[in-house]
Amino acid sequence: MQRYVITRVIQSAVTLLILSLAVFLSVHLTGNTADYLLGPETTEADYEQLKKNFGLDRPLIVQYADFLTDILRGDFGTSFLKGRPARDILMSRLPATLQLAGAAFLLSVIVGVPLGIFSAVNRDGILDNFGKMFAVMGIATPNFWIAIMLIMLFGGILGWLPTFGRGGPEHFILPAFVLGWSAMAGMVRLGRSSMLEVMDSEYVKFARVKGLAERMVVWKHALKNAVIPLLTFSGLTLAGLLNGSVAVEVVFAWPGIGQLMLQGIQTRDFAIVQATVLAAGFFYIVTALLVDILYGYVNPRIRYD
Amino acid sequence: MASTAPVVVKRSPLNRLRVIIGAGPRGRIPWIPLFIMSVLLICTLFAPWLAPHDPIKISMSNARLAPFEDFNYVLGTDIMGRDMLSRLIHGARTGVFISLVALGAGAFVGTTLGLISGFRGGWIDNLIMRTADAALGFPTILVAMIIVTILGAGIENIILAVALTVWARFSRMIRGDVLSIKELDFVTFAKIAGLSTPMILVRHVFPNTINTLLVITSLQVGQVILLEASLSFLGLGLSPGHPAWGIMVSEGRTVLLQVWWLSLLPGLAITVVVLAFNFFGDWMRDTLDPKLRRT
Repeated sequence: MQRYVITRVIQSAVTLLILSLAVFLSVHLTGNTADYLLGPETTEADYEQLKKNFGLDRPLIVQYADFLTDILRGDFGTSFLKGRPARDILMSRLPATLQLAGAAFLLSVIVGVPLGIFSAVNRDGILDNFGKMFAVMGIATPNFWIAIMLIMLFGGILGWLPTFGRGGPEHFILPAFVLGWSAMAGMVRLGRSSMLEVMDSEYVKFARVKGLAERMVVWKHALKNAVIPLLTFSGLTLAGLLNGSVAVEVVFAWPGIGQLMLQGIQTRDFAIVQATVLAAGFFYIVTALLVDILYGYVNPRIRYD
Repeated sequence: MASTAPVVVKRSPLNRLRVIIGAGPRGRIPWIPLFIMSVLLICTLFAPWLAPHDPIKISMSNARLAPFEDFNYVLGTDIMGRDMLSRLIHGARTGVFISLVALGAGAFVGTTLGLISGFRGGWIDNLIMRTADAALGFPTILVAMIIVTILGAGIENIILAVALTVWARFSRMIRGDVLSIKELDFVTFAKIAGLSTPMILVRHVFPNTINTLLVITSLQVGQVILLEASLSFLGLGLSPGHPAWGIMVSEGRTVLLQVWWLSLLPGLAITVVVLAFNFFGDWMRDTLDPKLRRT
């Protein structure tokens, strides 16, 4: 187990390093700060001097090392549009994103898991068919479009719910549902298939032969084992929510990291891009790592793969 | 599916067709998805001839016509008076072009690396697989955003971004196949016969991975189309005004209540197409490679 954990930690560290390198290069390949600050009438000497002031004349590898130490100190540079440290801006946006992701995640677990389990228990029933349709649609519909359609319906036509910005609990309903839908769909699918598999297993058959009440068989024996794959999946889902959150935050004008990232790219504000991409990548990779380790504890077979 | 009811195979022509294309008597051929895919293909190939109007020609006198209001513009027009139907048809072309080129590039690179990785083993295998892990470990939108930051928006950069996010899936699966194929006798014979490694890979190993390749490809198409649409929607791809479904959805955002069809129709198109590909992909997987069913 220890070996497994260590390998996974090293893997994640390498992935993070690749990410940081990609970000570093992306900022460098798009032109250096000196190019942006100087007008056309500056002389070559001024240009060289400015590059020197920023430390841009040193070898790339040295600059990268500097970049890494800065990041580790939590220094992502200064946003040149807002004139504030990118870290402060990032931190002010972080709670919004985490709250939204948390709400979407909770929703997908609360709705998705029971729906999947009930679907499997009453196979081919009304609920099962509904669950299947729900899952299929959740995976195929673009979340930005669903967001717009729901805004039109609940915000525009019916006027029941607020459609943009952050505020009371009612502000969470639409964005959390949209963000959580594809995750929910995954939970329904996986919950259903893993429950079906377990229901078909020898020990469940044995429990039935033993004469246990169906209720006991389903909720005591089958459920426990069906939940294991869901555990991993839910962790990965939480990480994957970051992926969907950019479009959802943009549509709902949700003041989170996804929206900030897009603004950074549109305005070529590199400090912001740097900070948001690194933060999002960090959360994703660390969550995936934690899930894998947790899964290793729950399912010993995986450690030896 | 754990149904074990005995199946009586009727020797009808249709069943024979099913056996020929490997569907088996129980694998129902997905006619509706196939139909939708055919329509999409026709739109892609013949967009300029099928579209009744120029998709980017602005004509303010015809702006904001609702669907079926004027039969010259069956699906209505947008706020600039551009014909929705023509834009949707050309949008199909844009989306299919980007998705197929990106997927093709990803599949080619991924398969090649997977073949090498599985066949050679050792440090090459390790290097390729760890890189694949890293690629799978990034959220796709992040990859796309990094690329757009480096290279700017544009069709070729979307293609690159999408290809970079899909190749690793191909490498992983193909490598798994190769690991078992390379132990088979005909590969050993080929080695004894003195064939070069590239030759063995291309002539003897690759043909046996085609099933897996087809299955992953068909399962990925839907996801790739969605990704392309999201990038267009976020304005990271083509320039505004260009007929692409993602861009069209985004154009309707500001006039949602008055010009509702603007966002509704292209989004519906994306959903229907992705559904069709997903169903088709599921069917391909079930018929060609049942062991993949759980992944």
